Amino acid sequence: MKNVYARPHSLKNVLNHYCPGCGHSIIHRLIAEVLDELDLREKAICVPPAGCAVLAYDYIDIDMVEAPHGRGAAVATGVKRVLPDKLVFSYQGDGDLAAIGTAETFHAANRGEQITIFFVNNAVYGMTGGQMAPTSLLGQKTTTSPAGRHPGREGYPIRVCEVLAQLGAPAYLERVAVNKPAAIRVAKKAIARAFQYQMKKSGFSLVEILSPCPTNWKLNPVESCAWIDDVMSKTFPLGVIKETKC
Amino acid sequence: MKRLMSGNNAIGEAAVLAGCTCYFGYPITPQNELPEYMAQRLAAVPDGVFIQAESELAAINMVLGASVAGARAMTSSSSPGISLKQEGISFLAAQELPAVIVNMMRGGPGLGNISPAQSDYFQATRGGGHGDYKIIVLAPASVQELADITALAFDLADMYRTPVMILGDGMLGQMMEPVTFHARKKERHLARADYVLTGAKGRPARLVKSLILDPKEEEDHNWKLVRKYQRIEQQEVRYETFLLDDAAMAVLAYGTAARIARGAIKRLREEGLKIGMIRPITLWPFPNKIIQNTAKHLQDFFVFEMSTGQMVEDVKLALEGKARVHFYGRPGGVVPTPVELSRIISRHYYQSQKRKK
Repeated sequence: MKNVYARPHSLKNVLNHYCPGCGHSIIHRLIAEVLDELDLREKAICVPPAGCAVLAYDYIDIDMVEAPHGRGAAVATGVKRVLPDKLVFSYQGDGDLAAIGTAETFHAANRGEQITIFFVNNAVYGMTGGQMAPTSLLGQKTTTSPAGRHPGREGYPIRVCEVLAQLGAPAYLERVAVNKPAAIRVAKKAIARAFQYQMKKSGFSLVEILSPCPTNWKLNPVESCAWIDDVMSKTFPLGVIKETKC
Repeated sequence: MKRLMSGNNAIGEAAVLAGCTCYFGYPITPQNELPEYMAQRLAAVPDGVFIQAESELAAINMVLGASVAGARAMTSSSSPGISLKQEGISFLAAQELPAVIVNMMRGGPGLGNISPAQSDYFQATRGGGHGDYKIIVLAPASVQELADITALAFDLADMYRTPVMILGDGMLGQMMEPVTFHARKKERHLARADYVLTGAKGRPARLVKSLILDPKEEEDHNWKLVRKYQRIEQQEVRYETFLLDDAAMAVLAYGTAARIARGAIKRLREEGLKIGMIRPITLWPFPNKIIQNTAKHLQDFFVFEMSTGQMVEDVKLALEGKARVHFYGRPGGVVPTPVELSRIISRHYYQSQKRKK
């Protein structure tokens, strides 16, 4: 009998703690599937973030080192420079990467570090209870922007891929989403491509993943998936933002 | 063979000879000669890594990454930059990762100035960042000792899996003295250590973390660190004494201040004043025992610091009120001469002699 679907070898056989409808568990699984398929599990070292996904090491069965909030790209830089033949990636949220860790992200990208960043954009601070993120949309109500994000007061949502695309060094930048099966298939391909860029030493790669956060969006999971299509992706258009030769 | 080198350069050379392959730093005076030396020196080392980081925060976290990947890694800075590194130092301590951090102190607080000072003693010896931890703090007083202590710092960091700080100042970093680099035996091979991350090949996946959500587990981790610190306190105290045997007053000073004190004591000895010195080389762990033993023979301790008085508190803690503690401090980057210091010491000396009569 042919086995058509199974738990990836790189994913631990445990229940996860994420809220119903959260995108993290999908993204964890995609990364695990790609690690299996590209036979990279034994070469992989991951830097999880401060945030909901700090417990990624409870689920993805690979070497991991925690970084202080926002410093994922710097820690990954240190690991990768010492172990240039390993697969080194960080997994970061929008507050982690685009607020407190802006400098680390920007400069790792600008140096062309041979690392991969998975940037999970859910437009809020999830773990701390739904505060405004640098990627919160205009008008979006959060616990710290109760009147809705106003550009004159809180500025505009940061389009990380587009900002990084202005730099010379980054090799591969793509924005994907995990809100429906077709989008998830595209996301998986992007994760695999990012790893291929790294293993061929083709340069810095970042995949931004629009991911639902029903708990803090105050929507149910189905509405959250629709919100990504109807609202969020208008500010954060999906697609390859930059690619150089791999 | 002796070489004439600045303190900052000597640290760099000693680090490379001690097997340091990774340096991450950010420019700040008065320690710029060290990153500049490492940029050139590590380019000639196989697997050598030098990055001028975008910030002190990034630099210390690159150290963290290199350390967990099994390399001997270091960073350096001066007072304001060291404040920024404290976040990473706390994580290194919590995750029990070796690292060497050099602080060439300057006048402060705030931006202060770029002159030699000993303003960061509290920050260095009390852990420095958030949380319940300590780091080993080494305070050299010459270029030769900077070189020797740099090699020692890497060994201690590996042996105890802890950050180690070399606490100097602008004077020590920039002055030139002859230095000999001693041949060293092969380092312990860190890549084989059981926590180093290399990819989970042929073994279970490893995790290096500091998030411990269960309070009981975090408490256990805190006490585990304390047991390590107690081992360090028992085994790694280092100090030097000078003319202490017949002394009626003991001067306590470290680093550049100890050099000045030595000059002052020599002058005072010529005048017949019985003064000696205890020079702590490890500021944490602090040399309590020699101070307590000395208090059995004499009643007056004179603490001299290039600060408003920080180490003096540790001296008082060591003495538990059993002897008098005199203090003289010159903060702000002022470096007094031995003559100035000798006048102050002699005044205190004669006052205490009178009190005895």
